[in-house]
Amino acid sequence: MKDFLTRRKLLTTGAITLGGLALSGCDPLSRSPDFRSFLKNGEGLTMAAQRTLMVGQPLAREFSERDISRVFKANGTKDPNTAEYKALVGGGFSAWRLRVDGLVERPQSLSLADLRALPSRTQITRHDCVEGWSAIGKWQGAQLGPLLQTVGLKPNARFAVMHCADNYGGGADMYYESIDLIDGFHPQTILAYSLNGRPLEISHGAPLRLRVERQLGYKQAKYLMRIEIVERLDGFGRGKGGYWEDRGYEWYAGI
Amino acid sequence: MITQQPREVIYRHTRIVRIAHWINALCFLLLLMSGLQIFNAHPHLYWGQAGANFDTPWLTIPGGFPGLLTLPSYHDLATGRNWHFFLAWCLVINGITYVVFSLINRHFARDILPKRQELTPGHLWEEVVHHAQFKRITGPAAKRYNTLQKLAYVTVIFVLFPLIVLTGLTMSPGFNAIAPFLLDIFGGRQSARSLHFIAANLLVAFLIIHLVEVVIAGAWNEIRSMITGRFVVPPGPIAGEDVQ
Repeated sequence: MKDFLTRRKLLTTGAITLGGLALSGCDPLSRSPDFRSFLKNGEGLTMAAQRTLMVGQPLAREFSERDISRVFKANGTKDPNTAEYKALVGGGFSAWRLRVDGLVERPQSLSLADLRALPSRTQITRHDCVEGWSAIGKWQGAQLGPLLQTVGLKPNARFAVMHCADNYGGGADMYYESIDLIDGFHPQTILAYSLNGRPLEISHGAPLRLRVERQLGYKQAKYLMRIEIVERLDGFGRGKGGYWEDRGYEWYAGI
Repeated sequence: MITQQPREVIYRHTRIVRIAHWINALCFLLLLMSGLQIFNAHPHLYWGQAGANFDTPWLTIPGGFPGLLTLPSYHDLATGRNWHFFLAWCLVINGITYVVFSLINRHFARDILPKRQELTPGHLWEEVVHHAQFKRITGPAAKRYNTLQKLAYVTVIFVLFPLIVLTGLTMSPGFNAIAPFLLDIFGGRQSARSLHFIAANLLVAFLIIHLVEVVIAGAWNEIRSMITGRFVVPPGPIAGEDVQ
């Protein structure tokens, strides 16, 4: 009996020690930049695996009209609320232009009417927030691929950086996002100007937002102002390729 | 008069089983905790393809799980995801290694899969009654897994772990494009999220039973056998008297 108690005590002490170490050890690890970049190896592996398996660039699932969510939840910035944006809203976005520049042969400045005249695509897709919820909506917009061909990419072009009109939470950093050319030329990657048959509402990114359907919600940048074609991402924000990427989230948001 | 039986030590767990067991245990614990961090970002579960605040959840955990159970302990979804996906790779690579080795060296066939004669209702009932008495299995019967134990391991290895990995992948919009049939198998992304959560709960239930059984069977002896491989057979009825 004495023996049993000793063993039990030993095991209990061991378990508490291990548990304590696990709990107290994990938070400092979570805060360590070196350890976090070690954990990010998982992201590299995920991206390499998914890109390898995406033979022929398969499409994201498309749904039918009856699957459309009753209410499409708006998240992130719901109104940029800056003087510049308010002026654009006041003019019905007639003064709004999308600049496409950077490493391109023929930089362009496109009005909403110009974008609506481009080859378009309509797709009923599922929007997956990184928080875990999903909503289904019908998006219509200009395909990015043909637009990139029109402006002509320079040989060293690798990424499209989306510059947005909003500063999430009213902070100093403007929202931005980036995708590579594999997603840039994917047929479902569109510059959407309509949701469920109506022009985009302010809460959903009026007048234009990106849809890159095989990735999570934070990649679907709203309030687009400029698409800049670049070779490297380290010159923007804190260098990770997007507003949320700069705050620890994965650049490859396919999972 | 008590006759002293000779102390019998057997080599119970191969090195691959021991290493895979502890890697799996660590990965599972941390995946569970980082999973709860991710769950807390939207502590509602739905059935179907989609589901958000305006839809009706089948489960809501107000305020989510306490920080004591999450990884990190403070609210940080980005870091929780970093942990979760890194560990998911570790779990899957470890699991595949274990399965391949266990097929080659016939660990599954020899130790894990129940024999036909073990699956008779009479035998199963006998084992249920024995388990209900919380009695330690001794003698030669302790050298092999009992049938309920085998069935639990089969469920965990061939049902729950594949289910939790596949439902996890079904939540990935990238993997949806690669393998859209998973959305049909599980009934949509939000159903997959619910099933992922249910599978995690069932694995926790298994873990609790597993730990209780380890204590009943002799904690120190069992833990040592999973570290060094050596297992002291608890003295008991000699061969012929034990229940099969």
